[in-house]
Amino acid sequence: MTTGMDTRPPVDNRPPPLNGLELARWAWRQLTSMRVALILLFLLAVAAIPGSIIPQSDVNPLNVRDFRARNPTLSEWYDRIGLFDVYSAPWFAAIYLALMVSLVGCILPRLWQHWKAARAQPPKAPRRLTRMPAYRKVEVDATPDEVLAVARAELRSRRFRLRRPAEGEADSVAAEIGHLRETGNLLFHLSVVVVLLAVALGGLFSYRATVLVPEGAGFSNQVIQFDSLSAGALFDTDDLPPFSMDIDQFRMEFVEAGNQLGQPAEYEATVTVVPEPGAAPETHTIRVNEPLTIDGTSIHIINPGYAPAFTVRAADGETILAEGPVPFLPEDTSFTSTGVVKVEVPPEYGDDIGIQGSFLPTAYLDQNGPRSVFPGARNPEVYLTAWHGDLGLDDGQSQSVYRLDTTDMEQYEADGEPFRSRMAVGDTAQLPDGRYITFDGYVTWVNLQVGRNSGRELALVGGVLAVVGLMGSLYVRRRRAWVRASVGAEGRTVVEVAGLHRAEGSAGDRLVDEIGAITDGLLLRLGGAEGKLED
Amino acid sequence: MDLDTVAEWSRYVVVVATLGYLASWLAYCAEAGIHSRRRRALATAAAPERELLGVTSSVAADAPAQAPSGPSGPGDAELVQRADRLGRIGLGLFGLATLALAVGVVMRGLGTERAPWANMYEFSITGALVASIVFLVLARTVVGRVVAVWAVLLIFMTVGLAATFLYVSPGPVQPALQSYWLVVHVGCAVIAFGLFTVGAVVSGLQIVSERAADRGRTTGFGASLPDSAALDRLGYRLTAIAFPIWTFGPLILGAIWAEVSWGRFWGWDPKEVWALITWLAYAAYLHARATAGWKGSKASVVALVGYATVLFSYFGVNILFNGLHSYGGL
Ligand code: HEM
Repeated sequence: MTTGMDTRPPVDNRPPPLNGLELARWAWRQLTSMRVALILLFLLAVAAIPGSIIPQSDVNPLNVRDFRARNPTLSEWYDRIGLFDVYSAPWFAAIYLALMVSLVGCILPRLWQHWKAARAQPPKAPRRLTRMPAYRKVEVDATPDEVLAVARAELRSRRFRLRRPAEGEADSVAAEIGHLRETGNLLFHLSVVVVLLAVALGGLFSYRATVLVPEGAGFSNQVIQFDSLSAGALFDTDDLPPFSMDIDQFRMEFVEAGNQLGQPAEYEATVTVVPEPGAAPETHTIRVNEPLTIDGTSIHIINPGYAPAFTVRAADGETILAEGPVPFLPEDTSFTSTGVVKVEVPPEYGDDIGIQGSFLPTAYLDQNGPRSVFPGARNPEVYLTAWHGDLGLDDGQSQSVYRLDTTDMEQYEADGEPFRSRMAVGDTAQLPDGRYITFDGYVTWVNLQVGRNSGRELALVGGVLAVVGLMGSLYVRRRRAWVRASVGAEGRTVVEVAGLHRAEGSAGDRLVDEIGAITDGLLLRLGGAEGKLED
Repeated sequence: MDLDTVAEWSRYVVVVATLGYLASWLAYCAEAGIHSRRRRALATAAAPERELLGVTSSVAADAPAQAPSGPSGPGDAELVQRADRLGRIGLGLFGLATLALAVGVVMRGLGTERAPWANMYEFSITGALVASIVFLVLARTVVGRVVAVWAVLLIFMTVGLAATFLYVSPGPVQPALQSYWLVVHVGCAVIAFGLFTVGAVVSGLQIVSERAADRGRTTGFGASLPDSAALDRLGYRLTAIAFPIWTFGPLILGAIWAEVSWGRFWGWDPKEVWALITWLAYAAYLHARATAGWKGSKASVVALVGYATVLFSYFGVNILFNGLHSYGGL
């Protein structure tokens, strides 16, 4: 090796240019080579990492929004290379598609070879058995033919496949075992393909939607009713089973005492389902690990929360401007929840009102301000402040229902301070302009996921077969055994038993043990320990 | 005594086990110290000869018969005896500590009335128990005896960490975890975790041993290790047992459970992603060995990369990421 400058004229040792077909063949051979498969496996592993670190739109859209707000420039770059959607990004797809092609390209020829190998005869005994990694030699009184007959029986009872002896091989028995290894291996790889196909094709038909439903309310299984929907390319909205569902009760229980105080103990929704328009309603329950399945669509509980109920009245104290529960979003494990109430007010009753508040199921006030100390509603209170002006609901822009756009609004003030009110259930507060807010109470809400996962059964079968195949591939050892019997110098029969293994990771000692066991079995069949050990 | 107290006391039993592991480790260290003293003496006594023969000492720890009668002669047999005694003490303490740990794990399980692997504390002690049992099985082999020192240290650190920083008071688990899927899914993960851990220790030692052999070292730590080919095979076997368990428990059962619990069988949650990454890394390891023919330290490095992903799926994902799997209890 030279490390300095090379002053010799360059030698042209490039291969002659390839034509199209050769190039394709070369590329195919590269792609299906083990080295490339290895690189692709690693590449896929590495490519999966960013998606676990950077928030993903289809996993946690809220985090993505926060991230965008905090890092606008970086987000632009991330968008350009799909880092918010790693698992559907073209470069990610390219890697696993290449791996799949490589896999299939690897399996198909091996299937054929294995088919041939499994039907081929085990190879005949090598001339010098002493060279084999496991070797035993004994002398017996039985004739060589008797020995070989017994050897066949012994090997067959150990489920070895025997070679049909050809001419000139009458002095030996050749046998082989362990083709299941390759069978298992092929089964494994094929099953991996099945799983990938099931997931990919199933994904085309699947859909997943979420819908947030306060206790006492309901929804029907239609796209317009969902808060979010993600669906595969071949999903057809006409496929949605036409059921509707009401949440009669949604119960949350929390650990009431001990050091797990406040941990969720159980969530349970009691629902009335109308499977299709006109059908008789049915009552069901949904719990966290017990989804409800209607017509192939399953309904899961994702997360719960509280919806405080307010009534907003005009300054006359009579006219109701708005009423009902409004879902607030929990911010911590004690369900300190925040949300907004947007009240569009007819002009004769003044301008719009926007209320921003916290709902505290078990309120507690200290120098850090109000917060909830237990997720169950033991001492429900709301703390709120309010704005008035134009909510901007009619200008065509869609708005989050959990945020107040205060650009055209002004915060109420009382005594030169922003207006604030702390309310227990039943309390009414008067806004500085004379209108009223009453905190009527609360209901629970539950965020449900409604969806269908096509292809899951196929993926499961593929997965199970993959494990079965894998075990065959890893634990079956392929090995060969030979027995040769010849007449020795003293007229006794010399029996040689030898073995060769072709498996990864098996220490020689296991094969040596096995050859020993075969020899012992042979001797036993020949009538006790008549043989004389020589090795 | 009520159940919570039983679960609470499990911690003290685990602390006792931790001290047992520490004592066991010290005994093993003392044994290794004596052997290395002997080897040094042996090497100085026999240096010219050895260089001629090109002998690299492997499994020296198990070859007391080679003790020379030269300069290091007097007392050598006694040293061997003393080392053996220390080794036996180390193993005995290891066994006792494992017994204590098993009691601690069972108490925790009984006290909480569920499988004891629902948070990081429980997962760690149960995983350490699995690793301990694997090591006790291996400890009767030559390779296992040498590996034991490192195994015990690792288990000591795991259990110690569990009883201190990762400790979570007993209590019910959240609704999503109240399921028999927890038992099988996480149970398989714990077992695979234990096996991968042992495999990683073996692979690490394999690299050291191979390097020592390549350089013809006859003294020092590397030379005290078993033959690198034996370590190589052992590392492979452990991984070959763990890999299907990982495939079945975390991946397949995890997908089924996710379908039941969250309504989708695969959702690219950080934990899922890392379970897949681990799986890909170990698949690469098996391929590197089986088909690309990588042996020895090259393959061991891949195994260590695989183990790094295991550790990250555990500590990294539980602590850093806030996914659906954030059940660590920290
Ligand atoms: C998703 C991608 C793949 C996965 C997860 C995977 C996994 C595995 C596993 C776990 C084994 C068992 C290793 C052993 O027997 O020790 C194996 C063996 C094997 N794989 Fe793959 N594999 C993949 C792709 C491929 C590709 C693309 C090829 C061909 C280029 C390939 C060729 C082989 C061969 C030839 C064996 C047999 C090794 C032997 O037992 O001698 N695999 N694979």
